[in-house]
Amino acid sequence: MDTLMHAPKTAAKNANAPLLEVSNLSTEFATYAGTLSAVDGVSLSLQPGEVFGIVGESGSGKSVTALSIMGLIKKPGRVTGGTVRFKDEANLLDKTPAEMRKIRGGQISMIFQEPMTSLNPVFRIGWQIAEVLQIHREMTRTEAWERAIHLLDRVGIASPAKRAREFPHQLSGGMRQRVMIAMAMACAPSLLFADEPTTALDVTVQAQILDLMVQLKEEDGAAVMLITHDMGVIAEMAQKVAVMYAGVVMEEATVEELFDSPLHPYTQGLLDSIPRKKSRGQSLKAIPGIVPNLLHLPTGCRFRDRCAAAHSACALADPPLQTMPNSTRKVRCWLHHPEPPK
Amino acid sequence: MTTVSSLDSGAVAPVSARESLFARLKKNRLSLFGGVLVLLAVFMAISAPFLPLQDPDAVDASSRLAPIGAPGHLLGTDELGRDILSRMFWGGRITLLVSIAATLIAMIAGTFLGLVSGYFLGWTDTVISRGIDVLMAFPYFLLALTVIAILGPGLLNGMLAIALVNVPFFARIIRGSTLSLREADYVLAAKGMGAGHSRILFRHILLNSLPTLVVATTINLGFMITAAAALSFLGLGVQPPTSDWGTMLASGRQYLSSAPHTSYLPGLAIFLTVLGFNLLGDGLRDALDPRMRD
Repeated sequence: MDTLMHAPKTAAKNANAPLLEVSNLSTEFATYAGTLSAVDGVSLSLQPGEVFGIVGESGSGKSVTALSIMGLIKKPGRVTGGTVRFKDEANLLDKTPAEMRKIRGGQISMIFQEPMTSLNPVFRIGWQIAEVLQIHREMTRTEAWERAIHLLDRVGIASPAKRAREFPHQLSGGMRQRVMIAMAMACAPSLLFADEPTTALDVTVQAQILDLMVQLKEEDGAAVMLITHDMGVIAEMAQKVAVMYAGVVMEEATVEELFDSPLHPYTQGLLDSIPRKKSRGQSLKAIPGIVPNLLHLPTGCRFRDRCAAAHSACALADPPLQTMPNSTRKVRCWLHHPEPPK
Repeated sequence: MTTVSSLDSGAVAPVSARESLFARLKKNRLSLFGGVLVLLAVFMAISAPFLPLQDPDAVDASSRLAPIGAPGHLLGTDELGRDILSRMFWGGRITLLVSIAATLIAMIAGTFLGLVSGYFLGWTDTVISRGIDVLMAFPYFLLALTVIAILGPGLLNGMLAIALVNVPFFARIIRGSTLSLREADYVLAAKGMGAGHSRILFRHILLNSLPTLVVATTINLGFMITAAAALSFLGLGVQPPTSDWGTMLASGRQYLSSAPHTSYLPGLAIFLTVLGFNLLGDGLRDALDPRMRD
């Protein structure tokens, strides 16, 4: 039916190879007060077609991780270390800006948090989708425009030919996010970053957008890295989850494991702060305190100031992210370490 | 193709055909007035060769300084008996040509410098911005006079002089708008879609600066008209026998008490044209903003 959208995936020949493998990614920001590590040695791996959730509070380094992989970190930020293996590419971080531009929007694309401001106000939306196609595929203006109308139809926008001629301000937030999704999916990427895709939307629209993302991802076989602070979105969408805190991964597990038996006290805190039916009438639980200043991290574990289970070992050394025995899940906590420091 | 729930897509009322730029401009009475003044000036400039006007340079010693309404001379004559009506048309042609060309040169050069310095920052910005500062450090007219002193007086050199003087005006304005637009979410989104520097700079950022640029250009045009007239007034622009509104004003000022119309007619033309461009500039800014549509 549609050769463009359903091009054979190269990853298929090597079924077990991860699509994306991030190891030891570090990103620093040079500020006047000093250098802060927004992402501090993050390692992740994504299988083709998988939805991988990254969850954490504001300032935990979720978005910076995604932007670092995309090569979109702006000064004064700088990726200081690590490797990003993607498909057959040994390290995306070594790519020249021109090579990265070919990958961005083509094989890897991104949906941003603010649909209200992420579309250029002076261009018709159809043109903005067509632009992506003109950058990555050798299409004429007319071909790209017709393709854009088709994509608008695909993301569920009624009378797409008419809507394509409209400007962003004539569309609601939900429709703009649909347009952003159409732009991101225009070249059938194999990896899609979704940075808080539903945060700025009404609750009813959120569900529609999530459904749309699932549907398109299934049709195109794309893997999704879903960045959110909303545990509900993670439960609905993701297969695997990484919990980030102050620039590091605190816990990584499948979504079932994480929700059934959270190991890290921080994850437990996050899950406890979700309002539930059985906690009706009680006040909402919150994790005390705030995310620490990345310039002045506490010694030892960076969560220990806010942790109810903190003990003497926690102040002595930063716990490593260690794989649990007989499992693939990982946790960064001395409570689950065989040999905590004394 | 499948259509996912269109709950939020169908809810918006159908959008009627958008009004044209002119229709939007028409709502603003003051800018419409400005537009009429500008059109009038442009009409005078364009129609001069096609109207049955007298030779603007034909000297008639028998009817010097004839008053307005004199037979054969609707707006009277100047100190050499030349028909003022005809000279107003032909002079406006020169004045407008010089100021529009100078504005375009300054706009293109200034916009390019402003975009590049505001977008790339770093040493590019330092080099360009310090160069602009050097130009701005000179008093406005002194710089124009210096350029003319180097190149020699004349129509083309006067034009280049006032163009150069106005480059910083455009460069500063566009650099400022680029500085804020480069941080916009849609610029990050465009980068995320694989857009390169030139596409971001000359499509996304430039087109978003367009309202600013249009207002700056029209207002600068008014300013250029005064500058071109001032250079001619000083005898450094157009050289005789060709004349523009500035030289007419200069030659008329000697007869201010006996024949005031020889100077206030070209003066009025300059004043009304400048006013027209300024009013039109304001109106265009509102009309060009896509957020003000509908």
